[in-house]
Amino acid sequence: MPSTISKSAFVSGFWAGLPFIAVGVPFSLFFGIIATEAGLSVAQAMGFTIVVIAGASQFTAVQLMIEAVPVWSVLAAALAVNLRMAMYSASLQPHIGAAPLWQRMLCAYINFDASYAISMARYEQDPPMSVSEKVGYFLGSVSLMTPLWFLGTYFGAVFGESFLGSFDVTFAMPILFLALVAPMVKTLAHLAAAVTSVVATLALSFMPSGTGLLVAALLAMIVGAEIERRRGR
Amino acid sequence: MSYSDGQIWLMIVIMGVGTYLIRFSFLGLIGNRKMPEWALRHLRYTPVAVLPGLVAPLVLAKDASGQMDPILILAAIATGTVGWWRKGMFPGIIAGIATFLILNALF
Repeated sequence: MPSTISKSAFVSGFWAGLPFIAVGVPFSLFFGIIATEAGLSVAQAMGFTIVVIAGASQFTAVQLMIEAVPVWSVLAAALAVNLRMAMYSASLQPHIGAAPLWQRMLCAYINFDASYAISMARYEQDPPMSVSEKVGYFLGSVSLMTPLWFLGTYFGAVFGESFLGSFDVTFAMPILFLALVAPMVKTLAHLAAAVTSVVATLALSFMPSGTGLLVAALLAMIVGAEIERRRGR
Repeated sequence: MSYSDGQIWLMIVIMGVGTYLIRFSFLGLIGNRKMPEWALRHLRYTPVAVLPGLVAPLVLAKDASGQMDPILILAAIATGTVGWWRKGMFPGIIAGIATFLILNALF
């Protein structure tokens, strides 16, 4: 069992993760701002960011807290938003499941959209990586973003709106994720899965927080797997 | 805020623990064992099944006046096309951001 983490893969992951800083930092500043404006203390905003460390669900929770809904429904909605990460966990298992428990526990803490997308984009390319290289790449991909995410929330919470100014980079987020996923579309099965994902998510947008995406993703996985089974890879 | 400090911290802790268990789930429980072929076949499509659905609503989002942003949609198409054609992340990012900035400067 490999117990050391590949340093060179960590460094490669670090470089691949850099573009995501440009989106992650403003996003975290914004969370700090709206969390304190909603009435949370700086410590509570930091609690969300460090303990939960999942942007979309943090925004969902704060939004629902502003609307003063019952505690259990804040929890249900926020956790539903994060359920897609169970799919990430399952999808990562064939790659890093053989790593020691402590490494898997560490990877689980930072298993979010950016780390998953950046790493899978690399795992599916040649040359193939060893398990310790895959773990190193995964950890490296968000090694800078994670502390900056904490720091951004702190500055946003302490300094408020004055900090953000007119700096708006929200447009870059879909572009970064699309740039990662586009090279992964290698076969008709991948293309069909991607199209199913988009169409079904839009068609199911009436479903509450994140659950439409889950159903759409399951459908898309079935479409991809079924086409692969019939046609061969 | 209509919640007590205790309730807020309770929500933070439950959300944190719940989210961690979601993230750890398969990595922790299955560990080194091999999943059956049918499961692996489905899991191979996870990135292309989740990420496009994650970003589609962001690309097609309507602004306060109920309008979609055609420049953002074109930038997304440029990203997808160039990223797929050049088989890499950076060509896609450059194509998408350049399209967005240039068209916004022109119109």
